[in-house]
Amino acid sequence: MRSILKIVLQRLGLGLVTLFVVSIVIFVAVNSLPGDFAEAILGQGATPESVATIRRDLGLDQPLVVRYFDWLKGMLTFDLGTSFAQLNFANFGGAGSVTVAEQIAPRLSNTMFLATVTACIAVPLAVFLGILAALYRNTAFDKAANMFTLSSISSPEFFMAYVLILFLAVLNPVFPSLSNIFEGMPFGERLEKSMLPALTLTLVVTAHMMRMTRAAIINLLASPYIEMARLKGLSPMRVIVKHALPNALAPIINVVALNLAYLITGVVVVEVVFVYPGIGQLFVDSVKIRDIPVVQACCLIFAAAYILLNLTADILSIVSNPRLRHPK
Amino acid sequence: MYGISRRGLLQSGVAAGVLAATGLPLKAQTRGGKFTAGLSGANTSDSWDSRTHSDLFMIASCQGAVFDGLTEVAADGSLIGELAESWEASADAKTWIFNLRQGVTFHNGKAFGADDVLESLQMHLGEESKSAAKPIVEAIETMTKVTDHQVQFVLAAGNADFPYLMSDYHIMMYPAGQIEEAIAQGIGTGLYQVTAFDPGVRMTASRVADHYKGDSAGFFDEIEYIAINDNTARMNALMTGQVDAINRIDFKTEALLKANPALRIQEVTGNQHYSMPMLTNVAPYNDVNVRKALKYGINRQEMVDKILLGHGAVGNDTPIGPANQYYNTEMDQLAYDPDKAKFYLQQAGLDSIDIEFSASNAAFEGAVDAGQLFQASAAAGGININVIQEPSDGYWSNVWLNKPFCACYWSGRATEDWMFATAYEAGVPWNDSQWDGDDSARFQELLLLARAELDSDTRRAQYYEMQEILRDEGGVIIPMFANYVQAVNNRIHSPDVVGNLWQMDNARMAERWSVA
Repeated sequence: MRSILKIVLQRLGLGLVTLFVVSIVIFVAVNSLPGDFAEAILGQGATPESVATIRRDLGLDQPLVVRYFDWLKGMLTFDLGTSFAQLNFANFGGAGSVTVAEQIAPRLSNTMFLATVTACIAVPLAVFLGILAALYRNTAFDKAANMFTLSSISSPEFFMAYVLILFLAVLNPVFPSLSNIFEGMPFGERLEKSMLPALTLTLVVTAHMMRMTRAAIINLLASPYIEMARLKGLSPMRVIVKHALPNALAPIINVVALNLAYLITGVVVVEVVFVYPGIGQLFVDSVKIRDIPVVQACCLIFAAAYILLNLTADILSIVSNPRLRHPK
Repeated sequence: MYGISRRGLLQSGVAAGVLAATGLPLKAQTRGGKFTAGLSGANTSDSWDSRTHSDLFMIASCQGAVFDGLTEVAADGSLIGELAESWEASADAKTWIFNLRQGVTFHNGKAFGADDVLESLQMHLGEESKSAAKPIVEAIETMTKVTDHQVQFVLAAGNADFPYLMSDYHIMMYPAGQIEEAIAQGIGTGLYQVTAFDPGVRMTASRVADHYKGDSAGFFDEIEYIAINDNTARMNALMTGQVDAINRIDFKTEALLKANPALRIQEVTGNQHYSMPMLTNVAPYNDVNVRKALKYGINRQEMVDKILLGHGAVGNDTPIGPANQYYNTEMDQLAYDPDKAKFYLQQAGLDSIDIEFSASNAAFEGAVDAGQLFQASAAAGGININVIQEPSDGYWSNVWLNKPFCACYWSGRATEDWMFATAYEAGVPWNDSQWDGDDSARFQELLLLARAELDSDTRRAQYYEMQEILRDEGGVIIPMFANYVQAVNNRIHSPDVVGNLWQMDNARMAERWSVA
C-alpha cells in the first residue's frame, strides 16, 4: 500500500506542475482573444475614453506579466477573483458583488448533476453492451450495437440533440426540450428535465466505452487461462464476467474516466441546445463578453477535472491489477 | 411663480394621467394563470440595476414587470403617467412639475414619494457613473422636492420631450435609502414581485395583490421569464409548448411556426433601422451631389426583400420611424434610379467614382451582403463600390465613426429629439455622419427650435421639414427599417395594438397580455 501512496503523491505533484503550465497557456490564450471586456460590454458606445476608463478600473491597462502573477497569486490562495461584469458596475461600494467562485459554484454543481445522471445511464449500458458484444462477437447483435453506437458518436452532438428533441419532445412529448432546472427544484422534476441532455450525452460517450470493453475482453479470450476456464466447462457468460472482465478492468476504467472528464468539460454544446444552466453555458456567456476572470476559472476547473479523473483512473487500474499493486 | 402654458398642460400631461388612472379603454381581460416567456438578451452579469440594462431580458423583467418609472409609453405610442400622475411645463419648457401618484408602496412596504424620485435620479449622476441615462439626467440643473408628492425639475435648456425621456428603461424608481438592497433583491413598485432571480438563467415573479394599476393591467398571477439566447432552442421551446411566447424568431424556420395552428406571429415595424453613415467632412462625401448619387444608387426594396426577407420596411434616410410621434408620412419615398445617380455624379463633376464601403455582421446581420447588393445596384449609376469586410471584434471602436462609409444600426428612440440629439446634433460624440457644417445650418437650427417648442402643430411642421432635409441632403443612407418579429401561443391573449417601440409589446407583456 505504501507504494500506492507514493505513486499518488507523485502523480499529484505532477498534476500540480501540469496545472501550472496549463494556467500559463490559458492566460496567454484567453488574453490573445481579439477585443476585450471594455469593447465587448460597450458595443456601439465604445468611445476611446470610456474604453480607457473601464480598462483602468479593471486593471486591463497593466502589462500581461503583472496581470498573470496577480491572478496566480489569487489562485494560490483559492481566490478566483471577481468577474469584470460585476466589478464594472459595483458603484454601490463593493457590497452585493458576487465573486467568481460564488458564480461558478451553482453552475458547476448543475453540470456535475448532469454528468452523474449521464454516467449512471451510460457506464452500465456501455459495459453491458460491451460484454454482450464480446459474448456474441461477429453476430448480427454485435454488428448492430457497433453500428448504432459508432454512428451516434460520429454525428455532431447538436444533431443528436435535435434528433432526440424531434422524437422525444415534439412527436412524442415524453420529455421537455427545455432543461431549465433551478435551485430548489424537486429531485424528480430535475431528473425529468435533465433526461434529454443526459440521453444525448449518453449517445455520445457510450460508443467509446462499449468498444473498449468489447476489445479488452476479446483480447483476453485468447489467453490460456480463459481456455482453461472454458475447458472446465463454464458457461461463456460466466467465463467473461468472472474470468475475463476483472482482468480487462484497467483499460475500461481508463476509458470511463476519460469519458467522465468529457462529461464535465465537453458539455458546452449540449447545455446551449437544452438551455441547461451548467458551467458550459456560463463559459460561453463569459467568452462572449470577454469576462476573463470567469473564463480562466472555468478553464482551470476543466483542466483540474481532467487531471484528477486521469489520476483516479490510474490509481484504480493499479488497484485492480495485482501485478502493479505488488511490484517486485 | 411660473407661467404654466395652457397648451403644454393639456398636450400630454393631465389628460393622459387621468385616462391611465381610470383605465377606460381596455377590454375586459381576465385575471389569473401563469405566463412563461423564452427571451434572448440575458447575461450572467444581469442585475436589478436599471442603469446597466441594455437588452430585452432585463428590460422586460425590470421595466416590464418589477419596477416602474415616472412615465410610460403606451402601446399606441402616446405618453401616459406611471408613477407620475400628471406633469406641467413652463412656457419655455425649462421648468417641469411632476405630480406623483399617492398611496403607492414598494414591495417591501415602504411608501413611494418625492425623496425616492430624487434619489433614484441621483443614481445616474457623478463622474464615475456609467449609466446610459447620464446625459438625460445631467440635463436637469436642479431638482427639488416641493411636497411629498410633487417634484420640480429645472432644465439647463428647454426640452418639450422631457416627460418622454423619463420613460427611459434606465430610469426606474428605487426606494430612497434602500437602493442597494433594492438592487440586490429587486424591490420596486411594479405589478409583479420577484420570487426568484438567477442572472442569465431565469426570473419568476408573482402579481402584487393590491396594486395602483388595479384591474387595468397585470393579468397573470405568475410570470416566468426563461433566458434562451440560442435561436433554435427558443423556437423549440415555443413549438413544444414549454413557453408561451418568444422574441426574435428565426426567419429560416418561420414557415414551421406559421404551420402550427396553436401559434401566431406578431410583427411590428418600429424605429429599429439599419444605416450607412458617410463622414460628410471627408471627400468625396462632403459633396452633397455625391451623397445624392449614392441615395439613388441603392435599391431599398431589394434590401428589404433579401436582407430582411421581407420583415421590414424601406427607409427614407431619416431615423424617424413609425413608432415616433411626428413620423413624416407625407414625404416622397426615395427610389432606386441609376439615371438620377449618374446625373448627380455629373453635377459633382464626375463620370464615375470609386468608393469603399466597410461592413461587418457586427453592424447588423447581413451587412456584408447588403454591401454587395449596393455594389451591384450602384454600378449601373457609375458608382464603383468596393465592399470591405471588417472584423466583428472592435467594429464599433475601429470602423464606425472612423471609416468614411460604413454599415451601422440603431434601435431608434421614442422621440425625434432624442434620436437627433444622440446621432445628428452638431458636436455630439455619436454623430456618425459628422454633418455639422454650413450646409446643415437649417437642420441644426430647427433641432434647437423644436426641442423647446410645446405647440404640437408647430413641432410637427418643424420635424417634417427636418426629415425632408435629411432625406435630401443628410449624410446617412437608411435603406431599411427592421421589424420586431415575435411569436405567441394562442393560449395567451394580446391586445390588438402591440407596442412597436421595443420588442415584445415594448417589453411589457406581463402588464398588458392575459390568458385567453
